[in-house]
Amino acid sequence: MPFSLSVTFPAENLKMANIVLQNVKKNFGDFIAVENSNLKVEDGEFFVMLGPSGCGKTTTLRMIAGLEMPTSGNILLNKENVTSLRASQRDIAFVFQLFALYPHLNVEKNISFPLRMQKMKSSEIKERVAEVSLLLRIEHLLKSNVSNLAGGDRQRVALGRAIVRRPAAFLMDEPLGTLDAEFREEMCLELKKLHTRIHATTVYVTHDQIEAMTMGDKIAVMNQGIILQNGTPNEIYSKPKTKFVGSFIGSPSMNFIPVDVAIEKGATSVVIDSNVFNIPEQHAETIADKNFIGIRPEKMTLTQKKGIAGEVYASEYLGTRNILTINTEVGQFKVRVSKDSNVCLHENVKITFDPHSAIIFDGASDKALPSAYMTI
Amino acid sequence: MANVKFENISKYFGKTKALSNVDFEICNSEFFILLGPTGAGKTTTLRLIAGLENPDSGKIMIDGIDVTKTQPAFRDTAFVFQQYSLYPNYSVFDNMAFPLRSPLRKESPEKIEKRVVEIATLLKIQTKLNNSATELSGGEMQRVAIGRALVRNPNIFLMDEPLSSLDAKLRESLRVELKRIQEELGATILYVTHDQIEAMTMGDRIGVLREGELVQIGTPAEIYSSPVDTYVARRLGSPQINLLPVAMFEFPEIPSETKTLGIRPEDTLLGSSKMEGTVSGIENLGADTILLLNFNEHEVFAYADPRKTYSYGDVLKVGINPEKALFFDAQDQLISA
Repeated sequence: MPFSLSVTFPAENLKMANIVLQNVKKNFGDFIAVENSNLKVEDGEFFVMLGPSGCGKTTTLRMIAGLEMPTSGNILLNKENVTSLRASQRDIAFVFQLFALYPHLNVEKNISFPLRMQKMKSSEIKERVAEVSLLLRIEHLLKSNVSNLAGGDRQRVALGRAIVRRPAAFLMDEPLGTLDAEFREEMCLELKKLHTRIHATTVYVTHDQIEAMTMGDKIAVMNQGIILQNGTPNEIYSKPKTKFVGSFIGSPSMNFIPVDVAIEKGATSVVIDSNVFNIPEQHAETIADKNFIGIRPEKMTLTQKKGIAGEVYASEYLGTRNILTINTEVGQFKVRVSKDSNVCLHENVKITFDPHSAIIFDGASDKALPSAYMTI
Repeated sequence: MANVKFENISKYFGKTKALSNVDFEICNSEFFILLGPTGAGKTTTLRLIAGLENPDSGKIMIDGIDVTKTQPAFRDTAFVFQQYSLYPNYSVFDNMAFPLRSPLRKESPEKIEKRVVEIATLLKIQTKLNNSATELSGGEMQRVAIGRALVRNPNIFLMDEPLSSLDAKLRESLRVELKRIQEELGATILYVTHDQIEAMTMGDRIGVLREGELVQIGTPAEIYSSPVDTYVARRLGSPQINLLPVAMFEFPEIPSETKTLGIRPEDTLLGSSKMEGTVSGIENLGADTILLLNFNEHEVFAYADPRKTYSYGDVLKVGINPEKALFFDAQDQLISA
């Protein structure tokens, strides 16, 4: 059921919340979990921390919540330094698992639980529960037992329990991680719709790049304790600053074509497999002799003319399109083609790419170089 | 390898129906996928073929021979579970060689080594053969678990969501490899999953299970383009097919008994038609931009131009490609042309 557009969350109940991390670092013994991190989560933003397991995203979230102390650096909540405040003194709600409810309590009791713990007056509790249940459209379920609820309603109840406190910000750690694929998609959409309605500042941790792309206003990509890039989904997808970001974001990943020469400042073309390919004018030279051209699968095409020769290794049918895996002398590439293309397995093909969106990555640093396309 | 036939199988656990009159055949060297949500009966089907459960009625045939009452050990099936379980004190090589060293088989050491190296190479773990099983990443461990099944030449491989515990990137690459290996070995595989992308990309054919009943069998393209009912239509495709009341549309080709019109997000046409919708959701997936549009009470997913910028509340004209529309009757069944 869609959330009604006529119900608006009372503006006076929303607090301003921006979160700033200044040079935050966290060590566990000799292990550096989070390197000097700087980021700003704007008021009302849905901010996603994305990265593989062990990258430091959950540690960062736990530091914001006050569950871990940073080794150095400051955390500001609405310009107030909260670094040394305990979790309970920070006005933040941590949502661990959206489906974790008290099974012996009904919906109303589940939602009002945090308020009853604060010993709030019962008339005020009643008012707040009514407001939240109206917002989440679960008024008719207040007396129901939570164990009889469908998945979507359970999620709303869990969210209701977090919202009812009126925290300044929500922190969520892979809340949809355990759900099966179809249901996860549905819940993603629900969460996002709720966010566009109440605009509460949210920091959301996930390893799933599709979740990040669909839900985030901004995404910070982390790897090995370092925030590699921070920007809108579109910026991160089309202009990844490092090879890691290019390959982690996107399904399939970005293709990297190796180029065995240094690339000069001002260069507008490269030679691969004895073919000349145009690239955006380069604004810097490479340090290494072995570099890479990064191209998204939908920016690669099969051609009858000049191109990198290869053989079709696999073809994956996805309904709206096919993804071809092509083996060439210079590596394996993924090419997105229309679902009507009739390319056979083992067929010999040639690949070319859109010259306007090619990005040169330096082989020594794995970093993208500035060009007419890639603004850094 | 063999062909496996399920004839009118029903299975109850107490009063709970797990499978009801399920009838299908997996051909020799076929990659057959059973797709369905949790509780649809997928794993029960695998366990029945392996002989870990007995059906209440119906027959299971392997290469024309009735094995319904045959002990699991004599059915010669190889099972790959969702959670890899390796022998932690053994090397990768010994884990993979284990089934070949069974007293029932007694293969020569040379033959065992040749086979293990061959399969390890296909799975790209040939450099890890001397590692202890605990010195591997999660993805490598699952490859070893799959490899331990592949070294054998059983009648059928039974795979129970073997990729679901791996992270997204690894799943993507193993999908391609598993399909490729299946083709190279000519293996017969019954693979169960709730992930429609796995089903579409790997399956030669897909069987869609719903509450213990097999509602449709076909190639991925058949099921995607002609789903038998709205349930199947919703199970394939991401974002999901749009299902809208027929009253919203006016064009001559609509069959009279139509109640619901199904249109895939890629078959919507932004900018044409008289219908106007309000943007209530924007998904920027990089290569594609998908909009969620509101029409009064209804929501429509549509592919949009990824080069344009859209904002919440924008009012857009949306039409559909009538040739691509699917028509469903009052019982949610597809009305075939």
